[in-house]
Amino acid sequence: METNAAGQRTPVLAARRISKSFNGVQVLFSVNFDLQPGEIHALVGENGAGKSTFVKIMSGFEQPSSGEILLDGKPVRLPANGQAEHLGIVIIHQEFNLAEHLTVTESLFLGREITRFGVLDRKRMRAETRRALDLLGSRIDENAMISSLPVADRQMVEIAKAISKDARVIFMDEPTAVLSKEETGVLFEQVRKLRDKGTSFVFVSHKLDEVLELTDRVTVLRDGQWVKTAPTAMLDGESIAQLMVGRELSSLYPAKREPDVDEEIVLSARGITTGFVRDASFDVRKGEVIGFSGLIGSGRTELMEAVAGLRPRHSGEVTIRGVSMSSGDAHAANRAGLAYMTKDRKSKGLLLGSRMAVNLTLQSLDQHGKLGYLSPKSEANALARAMRRFDIRVRDGRVVAGRMSGGNQQKLMLAKVMETEPEIIIIDEPTRGIDVGTKQQIYHFISALARAGKSIVVVSSELQEVIGLCTRVAVMREGRIVGWLEGDEINEQEIMRYSAGLKKMAG
Amino acid sequence: MSVDEGQAAEKPRSLLKEIDLRAVAPFVALALLLVLGALTNPNFIGIDNLANVATRSAFVAIIAVGATFVISSGDLDLSVGSMLAFVASLMILFMNSGAIADPHLMLAAAVAFAIFAGAACGLLNGLVTTLGRIEPFIATLGTMGIYRGLTTWLSQGGAITLRSPEIQNIYRPVYFGSFLGLPIPIVCILVVTLIAAFVLYRTRYGRHVVAVGSNRDVARYSGIAVDRVRTIAFIIQGLCVAIAVLLYVPRLGSTSATTGILWELQAITAVVVGGTALKGGAGRVWGTICGAFILELVGNIMLLSNFISEYLIGTIQGSIIIIAMLVQRSLTRKS
Ligand SMILES: Nc1ncnc2c1ncn2[C@@H]1O[C@H](COP(=O)(O)OP(=O)(O)OP(=O)(O)O)[C@@H](O)[C@H]1O
Ligand SMILES: [Mg+2]
Repeated sequence: METNAAGQRTPVLAARRISKSFNGVQVLFSVNFDLQPGEIHALVGENGAGKSTFVKIMSGFEQPSSGEILLDGKPVRLPANGQAEHLGIVIIHQEFNLAEHLTVTESLFLGREITRFGVLDRKRMRAETRRALDLLGSRIDENAMISSLPVADRQMVEIAKAISKDARVIFMDEPTAVLSKEETGVLFEQVRKLRDKGTSFVFVSHKLDEVLELTDRVTVLRDGQWVKTAPTAMLDGESIAQLMVGRELSSLYPAKREPDVDEEIVLSARGITTGFVRDASFDVRKGEVIGFSGLIGSGRTELMEAVAGLRPRHSGEVTIRGVSMSSGDAHAANRAGLAYMTKDRKSKGLLLGSRMAVNLTLQSLDQHGKLGYLSPKSEANALARAMRRFDIRVRDGRVVAGRMSGGNQQKLMLAKVMETEPEIIIIDEPTRGIDVGTKQQIYHFISALARAGKSIVVVSSELQEVIGLCTRVAVMREGRIVGWLEGDEINEQEIMRYSAGLKKMAG
Repeated sequence: MSVDEGQAAEKPRSLLKEIDLRAVAPFVALALLLVLGALTNPNFIGIDNLANVATRSAFVAIIAVGATFVISSGDLDLSVGSMLAFVASLMILFMNSGAIADPHLMLAAAVAFAIFAGAACGLLNGLVTTLGRIEPFIATLGTMGIYRGLTTWLSQGGAITLRSPEIQNIYRPVYFGSFLGLPIPIVCILVVTLIAAFVLYRTRYGRHVVAVGSNRDVARYSGIAVDRVRTIAFIIQGLCVAIAVLLYVPRLGSTSATTGILWELQAITAVVVGGTALKGGAGRVWGTICGAFILELVGNIMLLSNFISEYLIGTIQGSIIIIAMLVQRSLTRKS
């Protein structure tokens, strides 16, 4: 395909018939791609379509099984392990790549430390780091340890690192998956500025509105194959989605259903206070879906972890079906039928070095045998069931969780939590990194659970998700619940007003 | 592509892939050593010599099985050598106390006492690391000194010897006797390993050990009581040491301040040679046993051949653990 829309200009970077197999399983089939100087090029596709793999090949982190990469029109063999940076090719990985034991400054300058008379010039590196973070409007402390930062901040550091490198080509693999709207906005501003100076970007994302807003051209991959490359202006969200999944998508969100007013209250949190969260209270009724919105860092996760017993609380009470839970007792909460799904799948959700079955049953081993004995057959059955139910797609069933595509990891984690057959489910960022088609499945799944009498708390930074799913929405700000919305009040403006602090609950 | 072709292409690839290099490597090394041994000395490959080697590896092998649990759960226990000396000394002193007149009963009580003492020592290690939140390396370095010091104190710098000849007579066959033609220590290795493999691979606890060793946070968020899993691993280690004590005491009938010195090095080496990852998360019990045999075989070959002084045995064992780590790492990179 020669879709070189811009005509005679030589692409900075191009792929010719790139294929890739892992252990004999092919995941990319003869993909062509070109990137013009100064363009922002979106790469979209379903989970497991091969986007991350393609991006890794184009930045030298994987070698193609066949095909050729052209830099400025000339065939190159990209050096491995990030050495392609010297050619001006930088990547922001979907998987975080930061060493935990370094400070923000150290990690920004890792491998390219500034020295003065042979001694590290810490002062200058700190100043440069500050400058890079300020450009992104980020208030992260340049001396903080990476290990102490929440995921969103880590992503910001990763981005600052890439942008400060003076690159010609920057690959961004789902950079906004963990960012708030504001952070995303600032990031896009910087991206546009750099593009105007001639830097090229490849932007991988499942957020189609962002694709439409930011990019110049879109390339769609499906099942490892190139489907289409077109100017963004000629597409809309629906047509992209259709190209991705190869079929028409019906409405994303199922109809909402309010539970009866006098339905039993299954989960009640009263006056929860932790280090950051202050005096937060909420109730969930049987069969209800409630949402928690707010900016990243507003304390939603901390509150939910305290409710689930994963973090001690200083004061406040949690009762499940009238039984009071003691602080920091995750076991008791589990037994009482409450399950919490973390948003941090890499470091808290999955054993990346273990296979799918081990991960799936980890939280529910009691179901797979008596007296502590585990039956492999029963586990295999559970896996087969979960793969059907959550549409987990892997080309090779023995792959370890860390090698699965991001979205399929997310589905596995959801399946793992559901294996415990909880009555109350707290889901933190249910669809992070998940493609539109699967998103729809998960939304319908949540709604079906509610209809079956389960209670669900959805914590999400995607406003549309909370708006589309929940019958009641709490908005958090700086550790407090500042507003409750119901019915028609649940809309973007209202939520933003509360989360920005422009409006507060009466009383 | 037709269906038949697809299946034909499928088979050899999946067979090859099933073979995990890291799991196979120690057994290949063992086979190579056997060949090397046979070349250096024709007596080596004889059944007597090999049975002898296996018997002598029993102490380290059984201790190393316990170490496999501790290491898989992401911890480390340096105190096992001292613990063995301490528990063995306690057991002998208990039998010397003459608290029970009947020698059979006395022996039975002493066995129970040793098992209890081993478990208690393991529990102490576990509690210091988990409740005390001290790095296992430091915690067990501390208890290593404590157990060793107590042993020296109990023996007043000399030896502690089992005095009652009747008990000695009853007890001797536990090390020197045989069962169904197999020396009892070898039977012990097999039984302990079978049980350990079952626990590690087929039970909920074993799965928890692997999860805790791979990633403590994931384990915690999956509702696993991490500290309890770790502590139990230390207790299992203590029990294994106690079983080794039960075999050790009838062999010489005495202990001294130098009993079990550097056995922690041997146990950890056996575990690492066997393919268990030192950073936790993957335990290989049979590999550990293989590692223990390899260590003992190397010593045996050095003894039978004349080209290296047997006084260098510690040096060789130290080198083996370093080589094993290098091999492990290169195999991990490839896969
Ligand atoms: N190192 C690897 N070993 C084996 N299989 C792999 C490896 N890396 C990726 N795969 C497989 O390649 C396929 C494509 O994965 P990839 O991560 O490129 O998808 P993706 O398009 O980025 O999906 P997502 O939107 O979920 O992030 C998946 O089936 C995945 O399991
Ligand atoms: Mg991806």
